[in-house]
Amino acid sequence: MGPPMLRRSAVAICNAVLSAGVMTSVADEARTEPAPPRRLARWLRPALGLILPLGLALGWEIAVRLGLSNGRLVPPPSVILSTCADLARTGELQQHAAATLWRVGWGFLLGVAGGTIVGAVAGYSALAFRLLDPTLQGLRAVPSVAWVPLFILWFGIFEASKIILIAVGVFFPVYLGVMGAVASVDRKIVEVGRAFRLSGPAMIRRILLPAVLPAYVLSLRAGLGLGWMFVLAAEFLGASSGLGFLLIDGQQLGKPAQIVAAIVAFAILGKLSDWLIVLIAAPFLRWEDVVARR
Amino acid sequence: MLVLDCVGKTYPNGVRALEGVSLSVALGEIVVLVGGSGCGKSTLLRAISGLDPPTQGKVTLDGAPITAPHEKIGIIFQEPRLLPWLSVAHNVGFGLEPYPKVERQKRVAAALARVGLSEKARAWPRELSGGQAQRVAIARALVPRPEVLLLDEPFSALDAFTRADLQDHLLDLWADFKPTLIMVTHDVEEAIVLADRIMVMRAQPGRLFEEIASDLPRPRDRQSAAFDFVKRRVLAALDRSLDRTLVTDDRQDKASAGAALWW
Repeated sequence: MGPPMLRRSAVAICNAVLSAGVMTSVADEARTEPAPPRRLARWLRPALGLILPLGLALGWEIAVRLGLSNGRLVPPPSVILSTCADLARTGELQQHAAATLWRVGWGFLLGVAGGTIVGAVAGYSALAFRLLDPTLQGLRAVPSVAWVPLFILWFGIFEASKIILIAVGVFFPVYLGVMGAVASVDRKIVEVGRAFRLSGPAMIRRILLPAVLPAYVLSLRAGLGLGWMFVLAAEFLGASSGLGFLLIDGQQLGKPAQIVAAIVAFAILGKLSDWLIVLIAAPFLRWEDVVARR
Repeated sequence: MLVLDCVGKTYPNGVRALEGVSLSVALGEIVVLVGGSGCGKSTLLRAISGLDPPTQGKVTLDGAPITAPHEKIGIIFQEPRLLPWLSVAHNVGFGLEPYPKVERQKRVAAALARVGLSEKARAWPRELSGGQAQRVAIARALVPRPEVLLLDEPFSALDAFTRADLQDHLLDLWADFKPTLIMVTHDVEEAIVLADRIMVMRAQPGRLFEEIASDLPRPRDRQSAAFDFVKRRVLAALDRSLDRTLVTDDRQDKASAGAALWW
């Protein structure tokens, strides 16, 4: 297998890895095909997604109320809700959620910045790709938790080590996505830019950026997902705040409702942050040809 | 006046794609390049466009050497190559960035009306049929009013009916401001419908082989005897261009002799 071949397959693998993570959620929202004008259908369709979780919650609530289970290890929704309300009343929930959001936010920004720059360079230059990619692929294979002791030694036990851990998690999917996207920009489209005598910056602005945008958004979403995973790894190991701390705290004090409350908070924040990316990107991706219009 | 002076192209791997091509094309002339595959007709077109400058000889437009894409030279490819993230109107206006917005909109609207796609101005490229997309590509190339328009098998991916339609359309547009057209095709009828001059090329290395002038009155009737006569001449020239016994290159003589033995 010659180098170009190798490179192409690397790109293909990257795309496959990236899409595997997000594919399921790609089709469900904000591929903003002009929605059908019927207003009812417009609101009903997202509501379909709520049937499964609400139905499960309701079923469990009924099961506990009927005495089919004592609900001690898996607390019923009403208990979880009241725990959430209690935590919210004391301000704990907001404080922990804010701490986690703050870490994920900064880690995400750092990781995206690094992944975008290195990915663009490696995608553009074959030399940089050969130099950087093997090392980065090796590092990518390191389990997230393996970094924790080292980062604590290097950056201390406070916020810096946590943010950097999250940034590392975000970096790799973004790097892969950007590298793959830049390397596979259609040569024929670039030639159109050349035929119209675009300067370097104009070529980037008018051809390369729009061409890589769909893959970039996908990689941002994959990166954010990993950011949410890595924040947990960071908070499990020495934190006095954050949703991860709330989880550990609930385990140590035997409060399953608090654990579930933290998990629900993670789910909601994760979904909302992902939705935010989709929402921001949607106006720029209206041109995309979508196979599955849901 | 577009002048090619002994233009040749040798690829880094030593393959001579083009050799000693000399040709002068007057402003407003329509020249069509035909030839078997691998005869370098696309290479020649790309050399003229400045996208792939020649390795020998030079191309000049009104005395100015062409070594990179030039504002007076437009090109249309085999595929429409529209930018999928721009609306049809923005695609057409792609080469008009330096102009003020009002002027740009005016010219884009006029061009779209000219190719009969005004109602598609706000559509995405993916919503167009193949023929419509190629019409948009033609409008995009013509809107900056190039002196020379290069066409690299622009209709070969279309069905016969759409192709004939677009040929007429192209002539119609050409008549607006009469740029020089240089077109590559492998469709002999297309060549005769369009050309003032048909250049037959031959391969290994690619070069001009025979020139057939055609002064049939326009619009050209594909069924007429005169049309048929020119077509026979072109087909005969193409036949000759593919004939191996005419090859003068000593090395290739041996190769063809060897091939004859082998078969």
